[in-house]
Amino acid sequence: MWNAPRPILAVSSVRVSAARRRLLAGAVCLGFALPSMAQDTAFRIGLILPMTGPFASTGKQLEAGVRLYLAQNGDMAGGRKITLIVKDDTGAPDVTKRIAQELVVNDKVQVLAGFGLTPLAFASAPVATQSKTPMVVMAAATSSITEASPWIVRSSFTVPQVVTALADWAAKNNIRKVVSLVTDYAPGIDSEKYFSQRFTTNGGQVLETLRVPLRSPDFAPFLQKVRDAHPDALFTFVPAGVGTALMKQFAERGLDKAGIRVIAEGSVTDDDILNGMGDGVLGTVTAHHYSAAHDSAVNRRFVQAFMKANPGMRPNFMAVGGYDGMRVIHEAIKSTRGAGGEALLAAMKGQIFESPRGPMFIDAQTRDVVHNVYIRRVERVKGELWNTEIETIADVKDPGKAR
Amino acid sequence: MPTLVFDGIAYGMLLFILAVGLSVTLGLMNFINLAHGAFAMLGGYLTVAFTQRLGVPFVPAILLAFLATGLVGAVLERLLYRPMYQRSHLDQVLFSIGLVFMSVAATDWLVGSQQQNIHLPGWLQGRSEFGEGALGMGHYRLFIIAVCALLVLGLQAILSRTRFGARLRASVDDARVAAGLGIDVNRVFSLTFAVGSGLAGLGGALGAEVLGLDPSFPLKFLVYFLIVVAVGGTSSVTGPLLAALLLGLADVGGKYFIPKLGAFIVYALIIALLLWRPNGLFSRGGSGR
Repeated sequence: MWNAPRPILAVSSVRVSAARRRLLAGAVCLGFALPSMAQDTAFRIGLILPMTGPFASTGKQLEAGVRLYLAQNGDMAGGRKITLIVKDDTGAPDVTKRIAQELVVNDKVQVLAGFGLTPLAFASAPVATQSKTPMVVMAAATSSITEASPWIVRSSFTVPQVVTALADWAAKNNIRKVVSLVTDYAPGIDSEKYFSQRFTTNGGQVLETLRVPLRSPDFAPFLQKVRDAHPDALFTFVPAGVGTALMKQFAERGLDKAGIRVIAEGSVTDDDILNGMGDGVLGTVTAHHYSAAHDSAVNRRFVQAFMKANPGMRPNFMAVGGYDGMRVIHEAIKSTRGAGGEALLAAMKGQIFESPRGPMFIDAQTRDVVHNVYIRRVERVKGELWNTEIETIADVKDPGKAR
Repeated sequence: MPTLVFDGIAYGMLLFILAVGLSVTLGLMNFINLAHGAFAMLGGYLTVAFTQRLGVPFVPAILLAFLATGLVGAVLERLLYRPMYQRSHLDQVLFSIGLVFMSVAATDWLVGSQQQNIHLPGWLQGRSEFGEGALGMGHYRLFIIAVCALLVLGLQAILSRTRFGARLRASVDDARVAAGLGIDVNRVFSLTFAVGSGLAGLGGALGAEVLGLDPSFPLKFLVYFLIVVAVGGTSSVTGPLLAALLLGLADVGGKYFIPKLGAFIVYALIIALLLWRPNGLFSRGGSGR
């Protein structure tokens, strides 16, 4: 008699445990489902920037620009929450490439963005092509970058765009003979090439082309050479930080008193550091696509908001590249309702909008930016140095693509 | 052409001020201190801080930079360097290059990676031209040459004429015997190291205007310091001076006449010189180091 209930009990205990197992399995399913649902709503953007090393200021400006756009326009787009994953590549191409791979494979990012320097963009281009991930170049400015991968869209500018505008301006302003002095790296050589070509076509004469090593400590011998060649103007493109030393030594060597003018690619009088460059840069004429002094309502709001969010920092062309690049991504996500890949790339192409820099257009054929180029002169306004725009060349396409 | 020579001399003099401290520590104390440039950078940043944050005039600021860097040098000598004296040269090289990387990262973190600007007083900014622009002399470069000339005379006098100089030479020749004679060898080395570091700081303070100043400074100019010391030898003050002048003139001349080759001229010249005289241009031999 005592044995009888036992099997029943045993059976019922099996039933209980089976029910428990079902419950558990359900819980486990839920547990897996939760993060995968989160993955569906989050839209990840891998932002690769030089945050340390000699180009840290580039990364800082870019990140501030990107974050400002998100702060102003919200991080929801097309029903998806935008998540930024910011990584530091220290300005080294092999690191950029590795990070790009990790972001695509491990973090499943749907857009790669950033790219502070030309070699960094080139290093990552194959990753974008192979993984079919749209790649927004927000800073690097060598013309051929957009040709490195059909997945690249550029929100910065191209060196040939601005230096050819400068060559046209020089020819119209009594500059006949020029010595070119550029830093010996890709954008420097690009600027020398396109400036010389356009300037010679306009009937000008390039007396000498000097290339300064990236690590050149002292400009004295190069500037002496410029002086002895007696040009009407010195055309130059050097990285922003180096520009200060160059301009200082230019004045110290008395080149200004010898009647030589300076015309430069706009990075030389970068808004980020312009105010600290001293009176030596006064009167320098540059060509670029963005000046923080650009006179428009959109830009005034942008500069004000930027300086409020980043005290002590003035937005430069890098910040605008980041801001506009984020705009292009944001709008594209909206119109694809969060779909990535081919659809997202298509939605980035052909966007027309007003940027703080002025009207801007992402050319659908070249995926490169078309915008105004401005001739500016360094002037002291309300006690600070600014790039005052004196002439506008409207809707400039990259001359590097015209061939 | 005379302008070029003048620029070359000024550049060489600047390199001398930067490197002479290294030649002192290497030659007299037989210690390889690759972190020498870090002291130069410290001097540069201190000058920027003194002149721009505290409003100290330029000349007192560079003197303060000299003293402060020397003080830091003395403290570090006591804490870090002294245990390394007896170690092998490889250990010393690894130790001091580690210090360089730490100083680069620390500066980057503390003040950021951007170039620093020195604001010179008006009297150092002008330029004097002679003979229809044939010879142009920047006042700041004249100032560098004057400071350097004073330094050479001063150092030479201290080393050969003073009691401290004699003690230092004795300590270097044989530390044990010198100690047996009642010379406080540790103090002598400590002071020498401090002065060497201070001179680096002075060089950095003076050089920031011409060479630029950013956190990569110690690495950027390490090669130049080593060239000056290797070519000049470490047995005198005049050796590094002549080597620095040669380097300055070759660098400026090379960049002017053959700009395509840029900075290569210098390295080619150094290789040739060292093949010809492996112990340095002005070594008198004998010490066997």
